[in-house]
Amino acid sequence: MKKELIQLIDISKSFDGQMVLDELNLNIHENEFVTLLGPSGCGKTTTLRILGGFTGPDRGRVVFDGKDITHIPPNKRQLNTVFQKYALFTHMTIAENIAFGLKIKKKPKSYIDDKIRYALKLVNLDGYENRMPDSLSGGQQQRIAIARAIVNEPKVLLLDEPLGALDLKLRQEMQYELIRMKNELGITFVYVTHDQEEALTMSDTIVVMNQGYIQQIGSPESIYNEPENAFVADFIGDSNIIPATMIEDKLVRILGTLFACVDTGFGNNRPVDVVIRPEDVILVEPSEGIIQGVVSHLIFKGVHYEMEVQACGFEWLVHSTTLFPVGKEVGIRVDPFNIQIMNKPESVDEEAVIIDI
Amino acid sequence: MTSKNKWLSAPYILWSVVFIIVPLGMILYYGLTDTTGAFTLDNITAIASAGHAKALRVSLLLSLASTLVCFLLAYPLAMILAGMQTKRHNFIILVFILPMWMNFLLRTLAWQTLLEKNGVINHVLSFLHLPALKIINTPAAIILGMVYNFLPFMVLPLYNALSKIDINVINAAHDLGANNIYTFIRIILPLSIPGIISGITMVFIPALTTFVISSLLGGGKLLLIGDVIEQEFTRTSNWHLGSGLSMVLMIFILVNMVLSAIFDKDGEGSLL
Repeated sequence: MKKELIQLIDISKSFDGQMVLDELNLNIHENEFVTLLGPSGCGKTTTLRILGGFTGPDRGRVVFDGKDITHIPPNKRQLNTVFQKYALFTHMTIAENIAFGLKIKKKPKSYIDDKIRYALKLVNLDGYENRMPDSLSGGQQQRIAIARAIVNEPKVLLLDEPLGALDLKLRQEMQYELIRMKNELGITFVYVTHDQEEALTMSDTIVVMNQGYIQQIGSPESIYNEPENAFVADFIGDSNIIPATMIEDKLVRILGTLFACVDTGFGNNRPVDVVIRPEDVILVEPSEGIIQGVVSHLIFKGVHYEMEVQACGFEWLVHSTTLFPVGKEVGIRVDPFNIQIMNKPESVDEEAVIIDI
Repeated sequence: MTSKNKWLSAPYILWSVVFIIVPLGMILYYGLTDTTGAFTLDNITAIASAGHAKALRVSLLLSLASTLVCFLLAYPLAMILAGMQTKRHNFIILVFILPMWMNFLLRTLAWQTLLEKNGVINHVLSFLHLPALKIINTPAAIILGMVYNFLPFMVLPLYNALSKIDINVINAAHDLGANNIYTFIRIILPLSIPGIISGITMVFIPALTTFVISSLLGGGKLLLIGDVIEQEFTRTSNWHLGSGLSMVLMIFILVNMVLSAIFDKDGEGSLL
């Protein structure tokens, strides 16, 4: 296990009486790429701002490398932030922007010049020293913002939806760049986004947040394959979330039909939610299926076809490379290990959120 | 605008021609001729005469001083306003603009009544057994009048420029290790230059050309260049000299406006 670098302990924060974070606890390890993922208003940006020192928590502590930094101002923290809309200093050249933090630290000029060259190389913008920020494209400005932060050799880089303003192609390129930089620099990245694909692509650890609470912490694989509740299942990727009853260990009744599954320990005859990813729904001839239905919608998505199948009063979302035309009767099969069982949400609040999304 | 709609600007063009272009042409004509109608530069070189040069010097001095005072008062205020939440700042801005809606002459007359030897302020001071204020008819009174009248013109462009600075740019400076003073000098001040230039222009030009403030609060003891020009037109009826001096003053205004155009390319700091 890697060393714990940052601990957020019982962090609570409210704005105008509105609870944004409620007793949040989070540990971030050295050289980890952690993504805070959630819909807008889930508290992810507030968490990042508390880490950066731009806002203080109402209650709770921020511990950095064993020291309590809750009340340390941002300019005295060993971490740097890349802001959502770049926040470059538009009246300074690129070189002056990058040198800003180093000049404050009174580094010698030769050191600063070396660092500028190194940082521009790292972000693939060699030779841009004397350009002004306004003359750069959005993607280039974003890379300068990253360069400006990393020359200070922070232990942690905080990134607040840094790719949000970029178009899809550029965003994907930048995702690979960020992973490369993280590996090259060996520093901890704390990344905030509402884009689940971005989170899955880049992270070592994903923290799914909603309404000020952490819903699940885990690797991208475990978040995607084993969502702990319906919110996570729904927020990460497409999914079929179906109310069901756990008959006994490894046997679940979905829409009146018994399905074999692999989960245990949910008790007998307990109401649960099951999540089945659309790519895990297998369409076969009606006679070969566990249940039968009719294809009601069909869209070509490039990599696969997206179909909706009406079966047992539920609209199943199916991704398949095999085409089944609208109106065709089909059978549905699901492999036992692809049925993910989740506890029903306990509070009405949680339920309401799911409907909202 | 399409060419079809161009005629909509006709009333304004007519207005500009009659009340701006023609008068400017008349000033040019009067300024460059003598009473016989012959061409001369005497009216312009007259600025070098002892009395006129002194009036111009005093005008420049007082308007620069009041611009400086306005800047020092307005900058902190504009910073506070720019940092405020939307609901409250609208009210405070309203409070600041409110005096602007009252007649300029009236406001200056009010200050005359307040500052007079037997005026309101001195009545209050003597009631409190404090020494009386001898400020009326001094340069200080003129500066006070200028600052009072022109302060909003400094506050608004500064507020405009400051509120356009992204809070995250300031956060980024802190994030990179800058303390408040360093952030102010390296980030906030340079980014507000368009507003500063605009504010200086909008205070300096009216202050330089005013004659009402000096004649009401200066008691006619201290002649500003505006007073001299006014007298040439109204009392001495020497339109030629008045126009010539006006043209000299216009050069100062043009220089100032060119400067502000250079520094404020995007019109960021302007009021409109």
